[in-house]
Amino acid sequence: MSKLSTTSSPDNFFTVSKMEVTIRDRVILHDISFSVKRGDFAAIIGPNGAGKTTLFRALIGSIPHGGTVVWAKDARIGYVPQHVDLDRHLALTLQDFLQLKSRVLNLPDTAVNDVAQMLHIDEGKLKLPLSSLSAGELQRGLIAFALIGNPNVLLFDEPTANLDAPGEEHIYQTLHKLQNERDMTILFISHDLNLVTRYADTVICVSSSLFCAGPPKETLTPEVVDKLYGSLPFEHIHAKK
Amino acid sequence: MNTLEFFSLVAMLVVAAASGLVGAFALMRRMTLAADAMSHVALPGLGAAMLIGINPLIGGAIALFLGAVLVWRLELKTKIATETIVGVVFSTSLAVGALLSPDHELLELLFGGETLFTWGEAIVGMVTGLVIIGLILSLKERFAISFLSADLAAVTGIRREFLEFLFLMFFVITVLLGLNFLGVLLMGSLIIVPAATAKNVAKSFKGDLFASALISSLSVLVGWLIANRFAFEIGPSIIAVAAVFFFVSLLFRD
Repeated sequence: MSKLSTTSSPDNFFTVSKMEVTIRDRVILHDISFSVKRGDFAAIIGPNGAGKTTLFRALIGSIPHGGTVVWAKDARIGYVPQHVDLDRHLALTLQDFLQLKSRVLNLPDTAVNDVAQMLHIDEGKLKLPLSSLSAGELQRGLIAFALIGNPNVLLFDEPTANLDAPGEEHIYQTLHKLQNERDMTILFISHDLNLVTRYADTVICVSSSLFCAGPPKETLTPEVVDKLYGSLPFEHIHAKK
Repeated sequence: MNTLEFFSLVAMLVVAAASGLVGAFALMRRMTLAADAMSHVALPGLGAAMLIGINPLIGGAIALFLGAVLVWRLELKTKIATETIVGVVFSTSLAVGALLSPDHELLELLFGGETLFTWGEAIVGMVTGLVIIGLILSLKERFAISFLSADLAAVTGIRREFLEFLFLMFFVITVLLGLNFLGVLLMGSLIIVPAATAKNVAKSFKGDLFASALISSLSVLVGWLIANRFAFEIGPSIIAVAAVFFFVSLLFRD
């Protein structure tokens, strides 16, 4: 089983050592160690319930964990959750939602418009209540929320889970653009191994029986994939593309 | 109307505005039922304080504070606990409180009825109400993010646990301020009903907060006028007016 070095090299944007997460007496993550380099596009893969989202929540400090996470000193984290459980009658427009963050960070209100423009969210959409947005629009809204405050690392939980194929492609292109233009470090959780091999520089597998990290082509051998997802053959995991 | 009557009314209106704001965030935090019933916890405190002969509000404050800490601690551990606390602890506290409270005081403790405050009560009501309004407005973005998503709060650098605690304290203090005119049963309603009404009509965050505070104060004003005109009890009049606003607002709901 391969593990990336846990020594804190200067190129590492962050390093996780011996992370343990226990929720209500159940060990979700055990002895997880890896590091991600600055500017990396890193994919986190693993079967359902393996603890991928839990890993993200531990990384952003939302849940307690054992072991250590060392971030680069200048790290500004943006996080895009898979979904936010919204009340259907919540009186909050997309613009209100984005302004919540810009105001907490003491940014001018133009910060919201800048991000909206970058993600091609038009003015009309900003005025709509959050609860009336489609899944795809809401996800774009959550990306916009994450990008306010100019983060240099983006943690993205299943970027394309709620999107159709063109929407999915657009999100990945946007992420790639962010990575290139802003030297952003990106971590994303995905089930789509085709996309992972296409876009990711590093792949991190999370599972109870196996933990690996490395470049996708070398790491994702048929044996590893087989062990990670059970007996499903590689092609069947994502017949979508 | 003499000066003290006037300032008693002003104090009620300020407390109502604070209560509207607390209610708007209580709904955002999805504690509709808990918020309405949490005020019941005050009763055993009020009753016990009367039994031992100290200011009832001190007993009410202690009981409410303990109730809030209970919600805060248990919610941090598990999400489903709130409903259990409401069903068991808060409702039982009404029974225990009723046993402890002197018979001739019970009705007023439950439903309020004071329309003429002492100068002390009026000043404390106005000043504390204004301070709570100011603090909630200055923390509104932080509260909203915390109540929408714990993860988004964590990554925005918000100390959610502390904010949750602060919010429950604002809640407790607001309930205490309303006890003399609304009682333990109806104060919870003044927090929740106008906020629910505002949610039906508001289209934006600011609009929701403004509408909630305004509808709450209007309910008190109209309830006060009706109670004076027809010699009704003030507490039930206010909540009946708030309920009428709510049912009318259903017509505007999308």
